[in-house]
Amino acid sequence: MSLLEVSGLHAAYGPVRVLHGLDFVVDEGEIVVILGANGAGKTTTLRSLSGTIPVDGEVRFDGAPIAGRKPEDIVRLGMAHVPQGRGTFMDLSVDDNLRLGGYTRPVSEVEEDKAHWYEVFPRLAERRDQAAGSMSGGEQQMLAVARALMCRPRLLLCDEPSLGLAPLVVREVFERLAEVNQRSGTAVLLVEQNANLALGIASRAYVLENGSIVMSGSADELSEDEAIRRAYLGM
Amino acid sequence: MELFLQRLIDGLAVGAIYASLALGLVIIYRSSGLINFAQGEMAMFTTYLAWMLVDNGLSVWLATSAAMVFGFVLGVLVERLLIAQFSGPKESPLAIVIVTIGLFLFFNGLAPWIWGTEGKSFPNLFGTGSVDLGGVTIKVQTLGIVGVLLAEVVLFYLMFQHTKLGLSLRAVASNRESSRLVGLRVGSILAVGWGIAAMVGALSGTFVASRIDLTQNLMQVVLIYAFAAATLGGFDSPVGAVVGGIIIGVVEQMAQYVDLFDGFTLLPVFLLILVVLLVRPQGLFGRAEVSRV
Amino acid sequence: MSAASWAVEKRPTLVKVGRWVGWIGIIAVGLYLPQAFPPFRVGQFNTIMAYGLAALGLALLTGFNGQISIGHGAFFGIGAYTTVIIVGDHPEFPWLATTAVGALLAFAVGIVVGLPALRIRGLYLGVVTLALALLFRQALEKYSDLTGGSQGRGVPRGQKFSAPDWTGLANDQWRYYVIFVIVVGCLVLSRNIVKSRMGRAAVAIRDNETAAEVLGVNVARTKVLMFGVSAMLAGIGGSLLVIGSPIPRVSANSFTIVLSITFLVALVVGGATSILGPIIGAAFVVLLPEVVPHEQQVLTPVILGAVLIALMLVAPDGVVGLSRRSASWAWRMLARAADTGPDTGLETGDSSKEQLQLDSRES
Repeated sequence: MSLLEVSGLHAAYGPVRVLHGLDFVVDEGEIVVILGANGAGKTTTLRSLSGTIPVDGEVRFDGAPIAGRKPEDIVRLGMAHVPQGRGTFMDLSVDDNLRLGGYTRPVSEVEEDKAHWYEVFPRLAERRDQAAGSMSGGEQQMLAVARALMCRPRLLLCDEPSLGLAPLVVREVFERLAEVNQRSGTAVLLVEQNANLALGIASRAYVLENGSIVMSGSADELSEDEAIRRAYLGM
Repeated sequence: MELFLQRLIDGLAVGAIYASLALGLVIIYRSSGLINFAQGEMAMFTTYLAWMLVDNGLSVWLATSAAMVFGFVLGVLVERLLIAQFSGPKESPLAIVIVTIGLFLFFNGLAPWIWGTEGKSFPNLFGTGSVDLGGVTIKVQTLGIVGVLLAEVVLFYLMFQHTKLGLSLRAVASNRESSRLVGLRVGSILAVGWGIAAMVGALSGTFVASRIDLTQNLMQVVLIYAFAAATLGGFDSPVGAVVGGIIIGVVEQMAQYVDLFDGFTLLPVFLLILVVLLVRPQGLFGRAEVSRV
Repeated sequence: MSAASWAVEKRPTLVKVGRWVGWIGIIAVGLYLPQAFPPFRVGQFNTIMAYGLAALGLALLTGFNGQISIGHGAFFGIGAYTTVIIVGDHPEFPWLATTAVGALLAFAVGIVVGLPALRIRGLYLGVVTLALALLFRQALEKYSDLTGGSQGRGVPRGQKFSAPDWTGLANDQWRYYVIFVIVVGCLVLSRNIVKSRMGRAAVAIRDNETAAEVLGVNVARTKVLMFGVSAMLAGIGGSLLVIGSPIPRVSANSFTIVLSITFLVALVVGGATSILGPIIGAAFVVLLPEVVPHEQQVLTPVILGAVLIALMLVAPDGVVGLSRRSASWAWRMLARAADTGPDTGLETGDSSKEQLQLDSRES
């Protein structure tokens, strides 16, 4: 049994159907990337997993069906979502953001975890009393990831962490994600346009086009694939 | 000069009352971007409940505390039963505002139906004594009201900055979707926000009733002063509500010097609202509005 | 070709014809009413029409432009007091000319109150207008020499708006017909405003202010102007209330915040995005006290408040919206009977709201 099992996932915004029956799995502790162009349905996929939008189809997390449950319940099961645009609480301090990330956990653990993530992300420690919105894009992305990890998730959903960041910063963000994955064993489901770096840290990948999965395989296989190279790697 | 000081101090006291009601308005506006037009009428209603308790021999302090509890429950019920029905895809601030206006009429009519139209007198919390400070006589009541407001502000600060509830209230005000993603039960938190707002409203209601007769129209003019306070201070700023309330209170007391404003106390306040909205719509302490498409 | 499919095919024409028949029917009934009812009822009809104009003003403002006013009682009052004061001080002044003066005054005050729309969007207008309603009441008390304060003020004995001999009408009938003509004029004017460029701009602003701005709509001007027109209609209504009353008299106690909210109830009962709906809603709020037991009159505002809340929850588009929805449902059934497929009905079945939205994009 995989950690996350999705089959026949459909989603729509009003009359506009965006996802047409996706099937994919994420195993315990692995990094999986879903590649796709703008409008392919990447964000919608993550939103339907975390319960932010209504869905049709089957989603099993750790064996339990979660389709149709509310986001505030799903996060309690151990699935954390870093939304597109990072979703930080802009006018709250970095420290408050992290405390909110640990909202579902006992207070004693929260302090411990905060100390831990401040160690992993020293930049956040430096800015702990600063308003989140006053930080740079890269720092905010780190904060968003750290905040999601504060709930000790077993699966982290990450929506285009590279968006709007400078190449060097993107590289750092991905390195951190890989590091976190290795240290804590948190599985990561990443949706990205930036195939280059994403495939670099992922073990497996799916390719999403117009709301359907058109290709899947190990990250290495897909990096070698001619069509993928042309469409997503710019080579 | 003594009269001036007298009025200044009176202004502080009434300002404290306006500030309390304005704080309630600000809490709701911050957490949900809404203006509760029934805020004053709900306070009037809970004040009647407190009056009933006093009438049955309960002490004023206990009755006031009970009114605050009633207020909290009333606020939670209003949010859960009515306001929350409009959340989600069909959410429309205009529709919710019209609902709060309906509530205004509802409570305004319900009070005289239950308690009659004759004014009631509500005893004040601090007795009728006064102290003499360098030639200026100050009512103990005045000092008491200002003291209670100060305590309220300190408690609010502690609650917002140092409790989990305060943190979640700020989170919901800041970003509702992210709040759900970190596991906050946004609906319940909003309801608590409405509860707290109605609770501080109830407190201001009993204060007002200790100064003027308790009728169904107890809070109408006061609500406008509270609106003016929140507008001046910035509708999203609790600090602004307090400072705005004090300023409005002093302005109201001082305006009685001017013949034009005598018996026409709403005119300076109305003009002030208009000017603030035209010149600095975000108020003194508020953040400039960011428009969303 | 079956009758059903013919009807479905000719639907636009039929709807247009139906609309004309409706208007003509309403006018015919309107003309007949004072012949069929005693003067007391005719007086009530006058009140309904006067309230209806205030609610119509709210329809333009809230229904078609998305702005709110909790202070239309003040504009209504401006119209009423203008007439009473002018006629009271200058008995020779023609009554209807005072209506025009009241309308202009209300328009001017409406523009001033609507000004915050230049800088801000959202609910602040509710705050400003609520303040205005209470301020108006205070002004009436403060200048009681002029207004009569809570004691009230009437026009001098013997002064009446009475029927000229050539009409052969009773006074109450004459007053009714004059008001009726003015109200129909205001309805036509409002309909034309809604269909005009400004009306489409107003709707575009209601649906998405930022998008409207991008499309080149002058948002501030449109909003302020709509507020002015809306206030003007309420002002005319107030003046007509005085003209239509057998004993013209106004008192500060009638111009409370409750009056302003009552107009809002009339608006929502009738349907905020319709021209005739507000009149229907006004009939509801004026006649409601009749069905409330005499000793329980104090309950009337409670019922009004409850109705307002309940309607917002279940039928925010009011009576007219309900009839529109049932009409479009009937068309769908007809279309199904005609076997032209259910899609036809769905496509055209939506209310005029969607229609207007599309219009505004084209312009």
